[in-house]
Formats: sequence, C-alpha cells, structure tokens
Amino acid sequence: MKKILQSGDLFLWFTGAALGTIILLVSGLLFIVGLNGAGVFWPSNLALVQYADGRQWLGEIGSEEIIPQSNLPENLRGDDHTRFQMKIGNRDVYGVDFKWINDYELTELRYPENAIALERREYGNLYGFLESIKESDRIIVQGEEALTTFESLLEKSNDVFEQRTRLEKSEVGAVNFQIEQLRLTIKKLEYEGGHAADEITAIQNSIQTLQRQYETLRESIDELNSKTASTYVVFKIADGSTKEIPISKIIRFYKPNQMNGIEKLQYYAAKIWEFLADDPRESNTEGGVFPAIFGTVMMVLIMTLVVVPFGVMAAVYLREYAKQGVLVRLIRIAVNNLAGVPSIVFGIFGLGFFVYVCGGTIDQLFYPERLPSPTWGTGGILWASLTLSLLTIPVVIVATEEAISAVPKGVRDGSMALGATKWQTTWRVVLPASTPGILTGVILSMARGAGEVAPLMITGVVKLAPNLPIDQIWPFVHLDRKFMHLGFHIYDVGFQSPNVEAAKPMVFMTALLLIAIVLLLNLTAIIIRARLRKKYQSSAF
Amino acid sequence: MNEKPAAYTNFKQTLDGKATHENPQKIMANDGEKGAHAGALKISTRQINMYYGDHHALKNISLDIAANEVTALIGPSGCGKSTYLRLFNRMNDLVDNVRIEGEIIIDGKNIYGRDVDVVALRKRVGMIFQKSNPFPKSIYDNVAYGPKVNGLSSKTSLDEIVERCLRKAALWDEVKDRLKSSAYSLSGGQQQRLCIARALAVDPDILLMDEPCSALDPIATQKIEDLIEELKHDYTIIIVTHNMQQAARVSDKTAFMWLGQLIEFNETKKIFTSPSERMTEDYITGRFG
Repeated sequence: MKKILQSGDLFLWFTGAALGTIILLVSGLLFIVGLNGAGVFWPSNLALVQYADGRQWLGEIGSEEIIPQSNLPENLRGDDHTRFQMKIGNRDVYGVDFKWINDYELTELRYPENAIALERREYGNLYGFLESIKESDRIIVQGEEALTTFESLLEKSNDVFEQRTRLEKSEVGAVNFQIEQLRLTIKKLEYEGGHAADEITAIQNSIQTLQRQYETLRESIDELNSKTASTYVVFKIADGSTKEIPISKIIRFYKPNQMNGIEKLQYYAAKIWEFLADDPRESNTEGGVFPAIFGTVMMVLIMTLVVVPFGVMAAVYLREYAKQGVLVRLIRIAVNNLAGVPSIVFGIFGLGFFVYVCGGTIDQLFYPERLPSPTWGTGGILWASLTLSLLTIPVVIVATEEAISAVPKGVRDGSMALGATKWQTTWRVVLPASTPGILTGVILSMARGAGEVAPLMITGVVKLAPNLPIDQIWPFVHLDRKFMHLGFHIYDVGFQSPNVEAAKPMVFMTALLLIAIVLLLNLTAIIIRARLRKKYQSSAF
Repeated sequence: MNEKPAAYTNFKQTLDGKATHENPQKIMANDGEKGAHAGALKISTRQINMYYGDHHALKNISLDIAANEVTALIGPSGCGKSTYLRLFNRMNDLVDNVRIEGEIIIDGKNIYGRDVDVVALRKRVGMIFQKSNPFPKSIYDNVAYGPKVNGLSSKTSLDEIVERCLRKAALWDEVKDRLKSSAYSLSGGQQQRLCIARALAVDPDILLMDEPCSALDPIATQKIEDLIEELKHDYTIIIVTHNMQQAARVSDKTAFMWLGQLIEFNETKKIFTSPSERMTEDYITGRFG
C-alpha cells in the first residue's frame, strides 16, 4: 500500500479522472446544444395523422415518449403505450403549435406528397394543402397550376416587401431622424430663450418640407402595399377547413415530402443564413438574430478597447513603479477579489454611476432641452461596455502583472545600461515581451464579457432594438443606443416568450451561436498570441 | 586547439615582459590629463565605500584605471567585484537600500556628483552582463535599440550603426542575412557578441564586462577574448572574471579583491608571476577561493 502511495500512480489516476470528467462535461454540454440546435432548420417531412374518430392533423413529428399509466384510459392500463409530439403549426387556427398524438387513438399515419409548409410573417408556420389563389374575392387559378402562379406571385410580393422595408428603414428613418433633430433644435432655442423667433420659423418651415417628403414616401409605400394587398392564397388545412392568407404575409413555402436530400440541404443553408443575417420576427422566436450578433460583438470590442489600456497601465504601475509594500499588496488582493463580486452588483454600479451620474450629467450639460426624456442618462451600449470593462479589468490586471514580472531582470538591466529611462525600458522592452501574457488576459476577459447577461439587463440591453448602434445616419456610431445581445436573447426567448415550446429550438441555436462567437473572438487573439510567441521565443537556456 | 589564439600569444608576451605597456608611474604622472591615448588616466576611484543596508560591501577602494587598457577584477565569489563594476555606470542606483561614499572620477568628473546625468553616463559607459540578455526583438532592433531610445530615427544612420557595431563585435558575417530574425535564434556566444554590439551602438568609451564568458563554451569564449583584444584599441575595458587564465590572457592590469577590499592592483604579469601580497599568491595558486 505504501509503495503504491509513494509511486504516485494513484494520484496520476485522480488527475486523469479529474481531467476526464471536465472534458466529458464540456463536450456533453456542447453536444447537447449542438444536437438540439443543429436540427432546428432541417425541413422535416410533414405527416398526416388520423384518429379513429376522424380528426386529422398535419405537421412535423417530434420527440416520442411513453405515456404514464395514470394518463391512460382505464381499459388500456397495464400495456405500454407511447405518444409523440407533433408540431401542427397554424397557431391562428388551433391556438397552439404543438399537440401530443397518442398511439392508441391513431389509426393512420402517412406523408401526403403535396403537403405544403408555409413560413409566415406572423402566427408561425402553416401546414396544409394549396387550393387556389384569389384576387379580390375572385379565384384566378386553382388546382395543379396554382403552384407555379403562387411561386411567381410570392417572388413579386417578397420583392415588394424588400423595397418597402428599405424605404421604411433608410429613407423614412432618415427623414424622421431629421425631423426629430430639428424639433430638438427648436426645443433648445426655446430653452435658451432669447430672440430666435425667425430661426424657429425657418426650422418649422423645413420641418414642414420634411413632413411633405415623409408624406410622399408614405404614399409610395402605400402604393407598394396595394400591389399585393388584394391577393390571397387559399389553403385547405388538416381539419378540412380552408384558410385564406394574404400573400404579403407569406415569406416562403416548401413541400418537404417532395424534396430530396440536396434540396433539403439548400433549404437548410438558406435558413441558417437567414438566422445569421436577418432581423428577428414574431417577438424574436422566428427569423434571425443579426442585431444581437452585432450588438454582442460590438459591445465586446468596445469593452476590450477600454479594458486593455486601463488594465495594462494599472498593472504597469503596480508592478514597475509602485513601492512594493503593504499598501500595494492590499490593492492587489482587492483587485483579485473584485473578480469575485457578483456581476449583477457591477450592473447596479454601472446603472448608478455610468447611467445616472455620468449619463445624467452629460444630459444636463449638453442636452438640457431634451429633458426629462434622457439621451445619455439611460442604458446604452457604451454604458454596458464600460460596466463590463469594470467587471473584467481584474483579469487583465492579474495577467499583465504576471507577464511583466516574468520578464527577466537581466533584460531590464540591459536596457537601463544602454541609457534608456525606466519608462523607455517598460514601453519598449518589458511590454512587448509580455504581450503574449497580456493577450491571455484579454482572451479570458473577452470570454467572460461576451457571456455576461445580468449586468447588461440594467445597463442597456433590450429585447428588440429598432436600430443598430452603427448605421448610415450621422455620426454613424451611436453609442447611446440600446442594443441586443445574444445572451439576453437566449434568456428572453427561452423564458420570457409567450410560446416557449416553439421558441426552444431558437434558444439552442442562439446558445450555439454565442459559443461560436466567443470561440471566434478568442481564436483571433490566440492566433495573434502564437505569432508574437514565435517572434519573442524565450531564451533557450 | 592546435593554433594558439592571439590572446594567448599576448599573454605570453606579457609574461615575458616584451609588451610595451606604460608602467603605473606614468599614469600617476599624467593625472588629470584627458585624452584617448593608451596609458592616460581614464577612471579614478577614490576611497569608495558601499553599503547594502548594514552590510559594508566595498571597503575604502582606491584604484586608477588607464585608458585603452583591459583591467581585470578577480577574487573569490562574493568579494564585491561585480558590485564594484556596477558602480562605474551607476547600475547600483537601481538597487534599494544602497549607500555609496567616495568618488569615482571619469575624465576628471565625479560621476556621483550632484549634476550628473545618469542616462548620459550610461551611454558613455557600456555594460555587458554575465548572462547574455538580448531583448526579445530582432537582431537589428537589438543593436538599434540604444540609438533609438536616444532619439535617433533616421533609417540610414541606424542601418549604418547596426552594420558597424555588428562588424566590430565580429558578428556581422554570421547574421547579415537574417537581421530581422529573433535575437533568441542565435547561439549563446553569438548572443553575447550581440550584446557587445548593442553596447557599442551608443558609442561608449568605457566597456564594463561582468563575467562575459561564464556561460559560454571554450570556442565562444575564445571569440569573445579575441574581440576584447580588438576592442581595447578604442575602448577602456574593465572585466570581472572568475577565470584566472582568462584574466592573464586578456588583461593588462589585474586587481585582486577579497571581502570587499582591494588587496592588490598591478600589471597582470606582475600579479601572476610575483604578487606582492601573500593572499594574492594563495588565491592565484588555488590555495583558496
């Protein structure tokens, strides 16, 4: 026994087991998230199920489970029966998206060739069969030919939709923004008092001009709308009733039961692209998450821009200039402990200090005419980033201190002996040599920052931001704007959504994306670090 | 090694008394006169005492060093020779709790005086360390570092300085094709010569060497020793060494130190053949140390 303990084999086993457990947990997490997320956009076949009493449903078959005995009718108890979940869609008809199908009631299950799945701008998917197309209450086409007409009409309607969105987003947005600016200018002039009546009238005139521009735009939008407004597509749904859908509410349709593998893959890729590049729809449960990706990345980058200089400076002072003693040691302990403060506490501090004190002061000094509606005195991407910088600064300070103290004394002496000052030595020799170590700190802080949600919720993240923090309206970067964030998106869609079951896939997918983005950001830093390591390869002896 | 290195021949000559070095008396006679010609007084240490906190590290050392000569400091470990060496470019200032009394006069000026610019002093008094300490930069940037921190930024003059100094340090031919690669890619001996080139780049007139060969193999050591022989014509060199053969090979004068005191200082030939102090003889013959 003693021999075994001495040889250390036992401990080797423990170390191996510990590492193995960690790898298992991490890969298990990734696997579950990946498995659930990856299948979300795959176009499953549409099954038509029929109950003995004649009721029918059409939809995608999901998970299967054994029915608890207590839920079975008396006469069936004792046998094992299963049920499966089915996504029946048609929320506007059924009121729910999902239904459990019990196997003992099921009499028939088949995959009808011409079953059609419809993605709509509201009420989720519709599953049914194409009947006809109506143009202002008149059936223009019916039966087999309806499909090709539907295709071409849909294409046109989507074009119209795109044009309309572009008009609304850029041009109407710009006009509204200008009007708002002019209104604020008037407010400011009035606030400042004085005799600016002429100026105010001039501005009011230009507002009226803009208003007319707005009206024209509005008209062209209405005109666009009227192009497709009277076209309806009629579907027969599984319960036998028909449903008329305005074509402008349809995004795309597909017939999964007729698609082969490649077609399904194409559809899948298109859906992934939509997820990455589009705006969310239907209270975030459908569509894309592009604004959230943008917000997350931008926030992490701003945070990094703030945290790196500050953290490195602080570490340099602590390690190189401060007189090492009790005070410095206390500060160091305090900094390390800062990393353990709950993030929500940082959030509250950020709200109190950045938003109310800093933002409030800026508003009073520069935008008094807009009060009481705040400009900077409310949550925004800048304040959220600064809050996160506070949260992650200990990581950078500790890593930088470690890296700086690892630079050999001989190298510093060599620099000083050449007549360099302490600052020159620090700036030109010590810091470049410790860059890889500093980058390790940056990687850790980015990972921490990207994953935080709690402090953001009170410093500027919103469920749905109408505009990105960067757009084509001067000054292009709007750091006072509220923004969307993937972490918050997960929380919002997963727990605040009215239709949790339908939103579940979105949650997995968003989680997967967040992990991927953190990985991507880290990978960039890791590659830079590897390059630098190669350059500053440490001495061989 | 069949071929006898130049330094060795020199050593033999020194021992045979054929060398034409001025005798110490002449130095005393020339006291106060400035100039680069060999034998002129360059550095004068007057009653230097140094304390690390309560520890009396250097005791009342007075020593005159002539220009364009190699002066070796020998003695057992902990005798204070490195500490003494680091007084000449005030590197001891970087250590906490140090107190220095006495004067070190270089070219007639006390470097511990009130109005001395330490940065300017360190440019004039270059130093090569025991462990080669190239910066984590390219070979080129290592040599160009000194001129750069002193405000030189012209690419052409930097190129010129880098080449001249690498040539002087006998490294140019080995690295001219890879000036942009990391200094750490060089061998130990090359790194040490790079450090010499780096020290030369700020155009000093005194070079301090703190056991420059202690981490090197014999061939690299020989190269450095040849280089010292070469550099002597332009620089005043003070070298600390543990290796008595090395002291005998490269130096013109040798100082033997023991427990912070200067025991004996004389021409190397004299020290190694007929030392006047019993302790010096014991140390040189290996009876202690």
